[in-house]
Amino acid sequence: MGAILQASNLDAFYGPTQVLFGVGFELREGGITTILGANGAGKTTTLRAVCGMVRTAGEVRLEGERIDGKATEDIVRKGIAHVPDGRGTFTALTVEENLRLGGYVRKDRDGVAADIERLYERFPRLKERRRQQAGTLSGGEQQMLAISRALMLRPRLLLLDEPSFGLAPLIVKEIFEIMRTINREDGVSMLLVEQNASLALDLADHAYLLETGKVVIAGSADTIKNDEQVRRSYLGY
Amino acid sequence: MEAFLHQVFSGLATGGIYASMALALVMIYQSTHHINFSQGEMATFCTFIAWALIETGFPYWVAFFATVAIGLVGGMAIQRIFLRPVENAPILTNVIVFIGLLVIFNSTAGWIFDHTIKAFPSPFPRGTFFDTQYFSSHEIGSIMVTLLVLVALYAFFRFTPLGLAMRAAAQNPVSSRLVGIRVSWMLALGWGLAAAIGAIAGMMVAPIVYLDPNMMAGILLYGFAGALLGGIDNPWGAVFGGFVVGVLENVLGAYVIGTELKLTVALVLIVGVLTLKPTGLFGKVVVTRV
Repeated sequence: MGAILQASNLDAFYGPTQVLFGVGFELREGGITTILGANGAGKTTTLRAVCGMVRTAGEVRLEGERIDGKATEDIVRKGIAHVPDGRGTFTALTVEENLRLGGYVRKDRDGVAADIERLYERFPRLKERRRQQAGTLSGGEQQMLAISRALMLRPRLLLLDEPSFGLAPLIVKEIFEIMRTINREDGVSMLLVEQNASLALDLADHAYLLETGKVVIAGSADTIKNDEQVRRSYLGY
Repeated sequence: MEAFLHQVFSGLATGGIYASMALALVMIYQSTHHINFSQGEMATFCTFIAWALIETGFPYWVAFFATVAIGLVGGMAIQRIFLRPVENAPILTNVIVFIGLLVIFNSTAGWIFDHTIKAFPSPFPRGTFFDTQYFSSHEIGSIMVTLLVLVALYAFFRFTPLGLAMRAAAQNPVSSRLVGIRVSWMLALGWGLAAAIGAIAGMMVAPIVYLDPNMMAGILLYGFAGALLGGIDNPWGAVFGGFVVGVLENVLGAYVIGTELKLTVALVLIVGVLTLKPTGLFGKVVVTRV
């Protein structure tokens, strides 16, 4: 299978500060790729750069078509869904309104309604709380809502920014299980940013290691798992 | 007692107009955290357009809806042309743009339509339906128009995808872009709706206060007082505040302070609310972590 997303020579800036330096990566269609790295290495920025949320230089291609320099909302409309850090749910809106917003750009109203029902089947907790304000949900439920909202777009590519952040280990396990199912059943390609390297490497098939805004190691998840340096610095054994 | 009731009812009628202006202010405040000082002059200008259309011979309701449409499109155009370039500029820059717009609309209205005071027709003339000793038919008519506008807006924001997108964009612009909402256009639409609401308020108040380029200056102050009283970030609070200010102004003006000092009620309310309870009656208390 070909590449769904390619980035080459990607720089990113916050104001005058450069955060990414010539980053390059390739996502296999239907695969799960993870970006690992310490705090401040540029993981979140990489996702933001793909979505046009920061100023960038270099190339990003979605199935060969250049998307760098496009507005975030246009990139989203091409089928890239982003679950940002902090989850980005609309806390004052209800669970159901959050889901409806996820499908905002879709034209098939019936399809949107059917997808909401499908997601309710997958996440019964969300169905129970469909009329509640999203801000009243627990952390795990909010993360499920954030992922569901992203899926409402029927994305070709799902960007996930630290889905495990601030959640209890059991909930994290559940959420990673859900991501695996979504990838397998719906064939959604994923780009996953994680602090929890061992968890991410178990889920992903490819991995990139970022250090201070540069890719230092790239390869299959298994290779990286057995890399001496990665093991010591990020897996801790 | 009868006279008192009459004062209350006519207070409710003007209160409905203040409520509309307050709602227009809140709509722009919610999405941008700015108070649009030119809201009143935009409404006056729209009312002049309606007046011109009626003078040309169009029936009242044709002129009414044409003016609302012109307000909607004009408000959006103003946001795209004048406000979009300063979207990320400091708040003072925006305030200056608002004041500039205020002056432009005020003097353009005077220049095109001159400064003489004009009578503006009411679609609910005296002697038709609900005319009683307590309220005139224009008063009851304008209350009904206000309520209709409120119901329509509620339905729009509550039940349509576009309304939902506007609420989302006001609340969380970053996440809104991530679901594909064109946030900048939502702001423009907010301006358009605010201008259209202002146009309706202008056309409802003009038969009472007569039409001249400064017509809405006082009305906007009352609307602002209403918005602050109810809570500047709460649309329902602002509407409630508008009605309260209308009644207070009328009753106090008739029995306590006299009509000359009416506008003072608004100013005292503004200063009072800002010093004693800045969030208003129903506003959110925003706690900032430092």
